[in-house]
Amino acid sequence: MDIPYTVEVRRDTGLTNGKIGIWLFLASEVMLFGALFASYILIRTGAPSWPRGDTILDVPLATFNTIVLISSSVTMVMAWASLMRRRFGTYRIYMGATILLGLVFLVVKYFEYGHHLRLGEFPSSNNFLAIYFTLTGLHMLHVFGGMVVNAYFWGPGAKLWKTNPVWFTNRVEHSGLFWHFVDLVWIFLFPTLYLL
Amino acid sequence: MSDPTAVTPKSHVAHEIHHEELGFWRKYVFSTDHKVIGIQYAVTGLLFLLFGFSLMMLMRWQLAYPGAALPLIGQLLGEARMPGGTMLPEFYNELGAMHGTIMVFLGVVPLAVGGFGNFVLPLQIGAPDMAFPKINMVSYWCLFLGGITMLGSFLVPGGAAQSGWTSYAPLSVIAGTGQTWWLIGMIFLITSSLLGALNFITTTIQLRAKGLTFMRFPFFCWAQFVTAFLLLLAFPPLEAAGVMQLMDRVAGTSFFLPSGLVVSGQALTNAGGGNPLLWQHLFWFLAHPEVYVLILPAFGIVAEIIANNTRKPLWGYRSMVYSLVFLGFMSFIVWAHHMFMTGMGTAMAAFFQTTTMIISIPSVVILTALIISLWGGSIRFNTPMLFATAFLPMFGIGGLTGLPLGLNIADIPLHDTYYVIAHFHYVVAPGTIFGLMAGIYYWYPKATGRKMNETLGKIHFWGTFICMNVVFMPMFIIGMAGVSRRLFDAGTAYNFAQPTMHWNAVSSWGAWTMALFQIPFIVNFFWSIRNGATVGENPWQATTIEWSAPSPPPHGNFHGSPEAYRGPYEYSVPGAATDFVPQYEA
Amino acid sequence: MTSDHATSMTGDHAVDIDRHVRVYITVFVALMVLTIVTVAVSRFHLPVPIAVTVALLVAIIKGSLVACYFMHLISEKKLIYAVLALTAVFFVALLALPIFTVSDGYWIH
Repeated sequence: MDIPYTVEVRRDTGLTNGKIGIWLFLASEVMLFGALFASYILIRTGAPSWPRGDTILDVPLATFNTIVLISSSVTMVMAWASLMRRRFGTYRIYMGATILLGLVFLVVKYFEYGHHLRLGEFPSSNNFLAIYFTLTGLHMLHVFGGMVVNAYFWGPGAKLWKTNPVWFTNRVEHSGLFWHFVDLVWIFLFPTLYLL
Repeated sequence: MSDPTAVTPKSHVAHEIHHEELGFWRKYVFSTDHKVIGIQYAVTGLLFLLFGFSLMMLMRWQLAYPGAALPLIGQLLGEARMPGGTMLPEFYNELGAMHGTIMVFLGVVPLAVGGFGNFVLPLQIGAPDMAFPKINMVSYWCLFLGGITMLGSFLVPGGAAQSGWTSYAPLSVIAGTGQTWWLIGMIFLITSSLLGALNFITTTIQLRAKGLTFMRFPFFCWAQFVTAFLLLLAFPPLEAAGVMQLMDRVAGTSFFLPSGLVVSGQALTNAGGGNPLLWQHLFWFLAHPEVYVLILPAFGIVAEIIANNTRKPLWGYRSMVYSLVFLGFMSFIVWAHHMFMTGMGTAMAAFFQTTTMIISIPSVVILTALIISLWGGSIRFNTPMLFATAFLPMFGIGGLTGLPLGLNIADIPLHDTYYVIAHFHYVVAPGTIFGLMAGIYYWYPKATGRKMNETLGKIHFWGTFICMNVVFMPMFIIGMAGVSRRLFDAGTAYNFAQPTMHWNAVSSWGAWTMALFQIPFIVNFFWSIRNGATVGENPWQATTIEWSAPSPPPHGNFHGSPEAYRGPYEYSVPGAATDFVPQYEA
Repeated sequence: MTSDHATSMTGDHAVDIDRHVRVYITVFVALMVLTIVTVAVSRFHLPVPIAVTVALLVAIIKGSLVACYFMHLISEKKLIYAVLALTAVFFVALLALPIFTVSDGYWIH
């Protein structure tokens, strides 16, 4: 049994099912991170004092990580563009780069967290650290999730290119949308936690 | 072939190139067919409704006869919960918190949305299945895991969650292990709902049949569509809040713990600086839209059954649809009417009071339209119609009694009293659950190919209808007398409560009697699978597309692709040969 | 089941992709510049309200670039816009309303 509009678009909406599905999912993620930002606002405005981000957190390291994540967003969209140009080899390179850059991001966060924990700066120490660890931790889980999906499309999932290149391209586009969203969240997270 | 984009027939097929017979596990357990998944959800929901009902029946013993030993069952539950057969306050609180949680998240929503939505929606829009069948399957198993986690929490040291279904901080943060399990269970349940919601929305938009424009949708489809948006956008903040409460409990953070908290004479060592109101805001941001998630599918079901059994189109279909959409939107900006007593200033109280009054308007429009739809109809009082008709005044009572609660001054004496319990139970119990019962009797023939027994159905209906009122009407009286909810002794410790305490026993006997009247339903449900009268495609002479499929429908639902030629409720069309012209007939 | 070859790709052809790629590179450079800007501005330790406004503005610009060009939102279909507009309204409500309930005193007295 075939589900219509998996690969071809429905004429009146101009969309495939997957495109709608991923945007709906991202809408729910906006609400998820929105709740955490709302919590940040409430906690910070209710606090008698609040440390400036750079007094506790490592801004140069996080700036590096921001550059890493933005770059991975570029390689991700280039991966999809390569598929649109029917260059599977180039796709593999760009997608591989995206995964690698994601890995770099995670490794940097590992060192960042490790540094804080060694200094005795735990989530339980104060609310700044609590919201820092929670927001970046949830974000990190999303980076990891995105990497798993990307790795699937780089590796075993790439078989689909041979049997249904259009569907494969669309699925890479959808996972790219998720990856860009993860980057977008960081674009707001970074100044909020580190610079203010 | 030089052009890799040329789509051959073989590459069109996303999965299952040949339809070889699936094994037992793929066919009945890990199925991706929306009908199987719908039945899985429905059966799970019904079992949890029964379990949640049982928890409440235990509570009602304590409320009717505070401190009395419960024969037999008291011993079975053990010394940790009911020493000498008498209920411990902690156990009473477990029952209360888990009754609410299970009824809402494991009973009603899985049945109303997961069950009815999954089974009926694709059939009603003429689709072969949901847009994402595998995600559909995953969403059920997330629910299943959530359910196991919630059930398992009864067995951990300290027992299940006991801070109310609302899990207010700081009590929930300092509570025993069961609360952690509750939080983990909720994360599974929320994930299940989010995945289901995006499936429903995509399916409704993309997979509807040719000619089925939005304003030709059966009202049930609109109801499920709006419900899906509520689930999609309102649940994530609770998920975030759940993560934060887990952090407070497990990682020692103080998101919701204020400074200077003293518990049992000991000052807490947490950093403090947190805000218990933050939990309330995030919780109610979900929980208010959640109550519309509970009622909207029931509106949808009742609308279908009323149109069908009056042999008339729904009155005011357009205004019902616009009201539904407006209601869905408004539901996101009323939540703090649950927080009138938290010390917010008059400006914000006025804001939330105003939005709450405004949101009552679309509900009234929908209810009124349904009532007017009865006027001049050739009414067939079969079991689905009995439940659907009774829904109307019951929801009316529930809705009207909500109005004083939504006005911040009137809420002052009523907040957290039995009045609130009566209000919301009227909307959910003889409200939503009656809608769901109606739906079961109505669509059972489509799912099984057999009708349920009418006599047993009528006994089930009348018994349940009377008992619902016996249980909940007295609670308005107790509540207006000022008796608080969640009191282990039912309020007997208070002098002001004494004149109304005898009503507790009345409610309890009503509840236990109601349990007896569910037996005809349970027997009917199983007996009719093999022994009910067999039916063809359209036993109710209905007009919507699901009635053009075989009963039960095969994998893929329809032979060919259905098309919609007209609106959904063309009953008693002047000049037509029969008293109904189906939507799907050319 | 339609077999709509022409519309099976999202409407883009190889020529369009080249133009897209040029845009991606431009956006990448802009994002890098804006990142440097936002970090540099933070070094001035401006008063919190101003610092927040500037940081938020830069973040919104960066976010919009990612959304419009990497996520192709600038040429998306109406349905997607509608879903996101609805989400934006509720997002703002979630961020603004709770804080108003606790800061009520400021505006009233």
